[in-house]
Amino acid sequence: MAAEILGRRLRLVHNRAGANLVSGVASALLGRRNADLGLFEVDEAAFPEIARRIRPRAVCLANLFRDQLDRYGELELIAERWRATLAALDPAAYTVLNADDPLVANLGRGRERVVHFGLDDPGAARERLPHAADSKYCVDCGTPYAYEAAYMGHLGDFRCPACGNARPSLDIAARSISLLDLEGSRFELTTPDGSRTVELALPGLYNVYNALAAATLARVLGATLDEIVAGLGRFRAAFGRFERIQVGDRTVLMLLVKNPAGANEAVRTLVDGGPPSLAILALNDEIADGRDVSWIWDVDFEPLAECLDELVVTGSRADELALRFKYAGLDETRMEIVPDLGRALDRGLELTPPGGELPLLPTYTAMLALHRIAADRGLVRPYWESAA
Amino acid sequence: MKVVVGHLYPDYLNIYADRGNMAVLARRAAWRNIEFDYRVVGFGDSLRPGEHDLLYIGGGQDREQALVAPDLAGRRAELEEAIEGGAAALAVCGGYQLLGQFYRDRSGAELPGAGIFDHYTVAGERRMIGDVLLECELAPDARGTIAGFENHAGRTTLGSNAVPFGRVVAGFGNDGESGFEGCRRGRALGTYLHGPLLPRNPWLADWLLSQSMARRLGEPPPLAPLRDEIESRAHEVASGRAFSRGGRAN
Repeated sequence: MAAEILGRRLRLVHNRAGANLVSGVASALLGRRNADLGLFEVDEAAFPEIARRIRPRAVCLANLFRDQLDRYGELELIAERWRATLAALDPAAYTVLNADDPLVANLGRGRERVVHFGLDDPGAARERLPHAADSKYCVDCGTPYAYEAAYMGHLGDFRCPACGNARPSLDIAARSISLLDLEGSRFELTTPDGSRTVELALPGLYNVYNALAAATLARVLGATLDEIVAGLGRFRAAFGRFERIQVGDRTVLMLLVKNPAGANEAVRTLVDGGPPSLAILALNDEIADGRDVSWIWDVDFEPLAECLDELVVTGSRADELALRFKYAGLDETRMEIVPDLGRALDRGLELTPPGGELPLLPTYTAMLALHRIAADRGLVRPYWESAA
Repeated sequence: MKVVVGHLYPDYLNIYADRGNMAVLARRAAWRNIEFDYRVVGFGDSLRPGEHDLLYIGGGQDREQALVAPDLAGRRAELEEAIEGGAAALAVCGGYQLLGQFYRDRSGAELPGAGIFDHYTVAGERRMIGDVLLECELAPDARGTIAGFENHAGRTTLGSNAVPFGRVVAGFGNDGESGFEGCRRGRALGTYLHGPLLPRNPWLADWLLSQSMARRLGEPPPLAPLRDEIESRAHEVASGRAFSRGGRAN
C-alpha cells in the first residue's frame, strides 16, 4: 500500500514478493540499483539486523501479535529488541507507531519524531477482547487495561485504571469506518492536513489498520493527502491475501492465515460477509508456517464451524485441523480430510455450485503450494512474475 | 454424573491454546452424558474445600507468570487440601513450573512456587523447542505414548522422591538431560507439553476425566470408548515429527 502511494513520485526498490529476511532485502537491493527510495516489509525478528544495516529514514511498527512462538519467543522479548533497535536509529529518523497496540505505543515514549496512528470509531469496536488478546495488562503496573473501544485482538483505545498509562493521542486516525462485506471498506482519513474519504478494495478492519500504517508512513516520507487517498484507492489484494482466482465459472477466495489474530479477522470477515456453507482449510507445519500447530486452538473458529455444511481440511497437519473443528462442534460427517493440497482444491471446487465462491484459508507454505498448483493450471501468473 | 473443573487464571495463563485441552475434556464428557461444570478461579477467588474434581492451570509469557505467581503461591494450603482430598489436576508449561518449589529466571530473580510438586526450575541459556514423544504408565491399564510440543527456557529438576510423568522417547523433556518429562503426584500431573496435549492423546484425556470422577465415586469409573480415528492419526503424525525433528536429550 505504501508502495502504491509513493510509487508514482519516486522510483522504489522494494521486496514486493514478501521475502522479508536479510537475504530478501539484499536481493531486492541488488535487483534495482538506481532507486530513490527503499521500502521494505521486514520480519519481526529480522528487523533489528536489517535496520542496523540499512539505517532507515523512517520505521513503521504495525503491531505485535502472538505468532510462531516456537520461532520468535515471547512478545515482550521482541518488543525489547525493537526498543534497542529504535534507540540506535539516526536521530533524524521518523518512528511511525500503531497507538492502539500498548506494547508498540510504549516504544515511542521518550523519543522524538514519533507519529501515531490508530482507529477512532467506537462504532467499529467489539464488545470484548477476543480469546487471543495478548498485551492486555498495563506495561507499567500490570493492571488489566480498560478499553474505551477494543478493535482487533488487543488493539484499541486503552487506559490503565490504576496508573493512567493510556493510548497516546492520534496524529492520523480512521473515523466513520464502513466494512462492505467481502468487497472492501471505506473510512474517513483524518490528518493534520484535513480529512478525506478513503475507498479500499480490501475487506476487514485489519486492512483499515494496514491502510492507516501505509498512509502515515507515506506522509512522513513526503506524500500529499491526495497521493495517499489515490494510492490507497488503487491498491489491490496482494498475493494470497484476499485474492480471487477464477476457475471456470467458480471463484476461489484465498485468505492467508498464519496466526490467531489474523485468522480471527479472516473468519470474522468471511462470516460477516455472508456465512459460507463450504470452505477449505490448509495447515502445513514448515518453519514459515510455524512448526508448533497449537495456535489453531487459539483461533475463534467456532463462528465458522457453526455455519459450515461441509469442510475440506488439507495440508501436512490436516488431521489437527479436523480435530480443531471436531472439538468446535462440527460433526465428523461434515468433514473431509484430504492431505494432498491439489486433490483438496479439486474436491472443494467439485462441492462448489457453478457461479459460487470457495473460501480457501491456507497457512503460508500451503498458500505458496496452492499458488503453484494454480499457476501450473494456467489460472494465475506465477508469483515471481506478478511480483516483478 | 458430574465433574466440577476449576481453571486457574485463564485470563493470564493461556498462551498455548490451553482452552483446547478444556474443549476436549468438555466434549468427551458431554458425549458420555457427564455434566462438565467449568468454573474460573481468578485473583481473589477462593478454592473452597471439596469444590473441584479437576484443577487446570496453563502457561503464560514471563510477564503474565510473574503477575500470577505471588497469588498462586499464596494458595499453597488450599491447593494441598484439594489434591490431598482427591482432586485430579493438570498443570501445563508455566503452570507446571509455578506448582513446583520456585522458578529462578536468567537474572537470578526467583518467583515463588506453590510447592505442590517436588521440583524446582532454573532458566537456561537456550530454549528447548520442538515436538516430543513420551512413554507414560499411569496405571497398568493406563499406559501409552504421548505426543506433544515443548517450548521452554526453564530446566526443571525433580526432587529425589518425585515421580516423572513420562520417559522421553524423543525431545528434551524436563531438562534435556535426565530423560524424564513432567511430574506426577497421584492424580495430579504436570508437564511441559502444551497446546493440544489432550486432542491428540485422548487416552490421557479420558484418564483425567475418570480420575476426576473418582473423587466422588471412590474408584475411577470405566468410560465408554469413543471413536478416535482422527485423534489416532494426528497422534501418529505428531509422533513422527518428534522422531524426525524433535529436540534430543543430549
